[in-house]
Amino acid sequence: MSEKSLIPFKGTPEQEAELMKVIEAHRTQPGGLMPTLQEAQGIYGYLPVEVQKMIADGLGLSLSEVFGVATFYSQFSLTPKGEHRISVCLGTACYVKGSDKILEAVEQKLGIKSGECTADGKFSIDACRCVGACGLAPVMTIDEDVYGKITPDQVSKILESYSKGGADK
Amino acid sequence: MTVADLNKIKTEYEDLVKVRKVVEEEGKKLAEKTGYRKQILVCGGTGCTSSGSRKVIAALEDELKAQNVNDVLVVKTGCFGLCALGPIMIVYPEGCFYSQVKPENMKRIVDEHIVGGNICKDLLYKETVHEDGTILSLSETNFYKKQMRIALENCGVIDPENVKEYIATEGYQALYKVLFEMTPDDVIQTMLDSGLRGRGGGGFPTGRKWAFAKASKGDVKYVCCNADEGDPGAFMDRSILEGDPHAVLEAMTIAGYAIGAHQGYIYVRAEYPIAVERLKIAIAQAREYGFLGKNIFGSGFDFDIEIRLGAGAFVCGEETALMNSIEGHRGEPKPRPPFPAVKGLFGVPTILNNVETWSNIPKIIRRGADWYASMGTETSKGTKVFALGGKITNVGLVEVPMGTTLREIIEEIGGGIPNGKKFKAAQTGGPSGGCIPAQHIDTPIDYENLMKLGSMMGSGGLIVMDEDTCMVDISKFYLNFTVDESCGKCTPCRVGTRRLLQYLEKITEGKGEMKDLENIEDLAQHMKSSSLCALGQSAPNPILSTIQYFRDEYVDHIENKHCTAGVCKSLVSFEIIKDKCIGCGLCARNCPVSAISKTDYIAPGKKLPAMEIDKAKCIKCGVCESNCKFSAIIKK
Repeated sequence: MSEKSLIPFKGTPEQEAELMKVIEAHRTQPGGLMPTLQEAQGIYGYLPVEVQKMIADGLGLSLSEVFGVATFYSQFSLTPKGEHRISVCLGTACYVKGSDKILEAVEQKLGIKSGECTADGKFSIDACRCVGACGLAPVMTIDEDVYGKITPDQVSKILESYSKGGADK
Repeated sequence: MTVADLNKIKTEYEDLVKVRKVVEEEGKKLAEKTGYRKQILVCGGTGCTSSGSRKVIAALEDELKAQNVNDVLVVKTGCFGLCALGPIMIVYPEGCFYSQVKPENMKRIVDEHIVGGNICKDLLYKETVHEDGTILSLSETNFYKKQMRIALENCGVIDPENVKEYIATEGYQALYKVLFEMTPDDVIQTMLDSGLRGRGGGGFPTGRKWAFAKASKGDVKYVCCNADEGDPGAFMDRSILEGDPHAVLEAMTIAGYAIGAHQGYIYVRAEYPIAVERLKIAIAQAREYGFLGKNIFGSGFDFDIEIRLGAGAFVCGEETALMNSIEGHRGEPKPRPPFPAVKGLFGVPTILNNVETWSNIPKIIRRGADWYASMGTETSKGTKVFALGGKITNVGLVEVPMGTTLREIIEEIGGGIPNGKKFKAAQTGGPSGGCIPAQHIDTPIDYENLMKLGSMMGSGGLIVMDEDTCMVDISKFYLNFTVDESCGKCTPCRVGTRRLLQYLEKITEGKGEMKDLENIEDLAQHMKSSSLCALGQSAPNPILSTIQYFRDEYVDHIENKHCTAGVCKSLVSFEIIKDKCIGCGLCARNCPVSAISKTDYIAPGKKLPAMEIDKAKCIKCGVCESNCKFSAIIKK
């Protein structure tokens, strides 16, 4: 495993109590593992092995089964995300309009690759498969903000508005 | 809820919705009857929300309140289809179409138009304003003229969060008709007679699927809705869920009655937050009004629906994989037979249809199989929704009768290719489909014709490519996608997609050999015949169709080490012609990766030192070339 897995787990007792409630709610539901993982990721922001263990114990499943599901779906992340989550759409409609160049500009600017998080925990980058706002291609989202019809030269300015703290659209 | 209650709500709300369908005098008269002098519809779909429609609605409501206007109704609808022009706003009974509106326009629109009665013509979609100043209604524009909206009938017309507006458009009448006037066999026969085929990809006849599930023995059966639209660039299912969620609920309940199921599941992408929210609201309202739950309309029939969120896996569009995922497992497909109609979700008979298919069903029940079968081609009946994207002017959602040609969709409805570029290919069927070249642009679109051209219908993504798109690069893009999304269960797909990608990488890096093309075709045939599910079987389609129609481009990459379209990075570079550069530095300021810097050289007759590009840093995005006013930067 890479060094990413060495990021220490910093779950709080409050988060754990919340997770226990989620597990309780899905314990008897047929196919309850997926909704449990989704809600657990909502609580912790990612799914570290410690959380997977609690879920496995709570639902009466083996850790390998929980790990198998958590690693199968692209929405689940085993590593923490940045304070600001950048997502560059690489759907077909965005790709033919050059979104790969946007992604590269973001990667170069932050010095990390897609799927990684900056050392200060400020930004993480992901390539995503279609936001569904194809009319605005190419599209990049940061947290809940959508930036459409962007060009690589606008990337710096957009990112700076976040590193100064807060969106400034 | 009785049928009398249903009809009462329908009568009460009918005029309100009808105002949005008729214009001029009739619309005005109807509007007076409803108590709302005007209705303002604002798109609340994902496209327009992303371009800021929430702020527009808030500003509009504030302005109306500030001016004390109480006889105007603001309605947040689903997608109108013309996503490129968002946020979109339509005012009835005039039916005038404001495009790309901003919150700061609201004061003027309310002042001049809503209160003053003078339409702000300069803010309207320019195609709707005639030279002599007359204003066209939406249905007269090129984008809408040739469309036939059935699956999308209510999208952009009703408020999807208000069940009463759905009822006003004859909503839930089909469910009543089925429960009291038809036997399950009648329903299945109607589906068979209508000729409706699955809109999710394969095009399997819906009625036959239902007949198999009905014939399967078992007390417990399930009805599933595939709303896990995985094709990147396709958004028709999302738009239907956002614009008309009750149509899907009504149709699934009808199917439950036909096959003898009492529980439905909607498997929807978690990345569609607006669709999920509207579905939740719709389910809650349907339960409240008794369209879901126990003893529907007093018929003794019970049916309920649960939402399950997908977590981002393309393979979950395959039916057995989707069911595995609902069961809480990895979304890996299973060998068929047994087909889900015999042994599906949780091991019992199950039917699965996609959102667009469901959306057609209440209309078929109400208007009859013959009506539906009268549209389309010999083998493909009805209409098809396409998500038109890529290098096209009118990006958006279009619904046309089967048999419409690509040319009509691209040139007439889509408004052609922007910036005077030449059409090169249209891609249908997403990562499972292929590229259709210009020589086949007049082919009528239906399931069979697309297969013959080496593509497929798929869910309806239609991406237009122009001369600047490299066909080798685009097939590499799709293979990258399938490599990522291959679930890994069967070897032909897991290994085959990676091998295909390696060949394409080799070719786009200028290291290809002619024998690679033969190897690709050979490997592709093996994958098609031996992969476990449709994902692997169809994964070679993008590459095979591009080799078939654009072999010259592949050969150019291999033999001449040249990318015809100037896209493949290893084969292009940008250079500054120092004697043309005046040293203004615009390129350096705009370079997203700071790859451009000053040299010591001052060209004869120029005052400032010329610039140069550090090729190691350059990401070849072309921003410098498009910004240079002195044509000093060239692409090689």
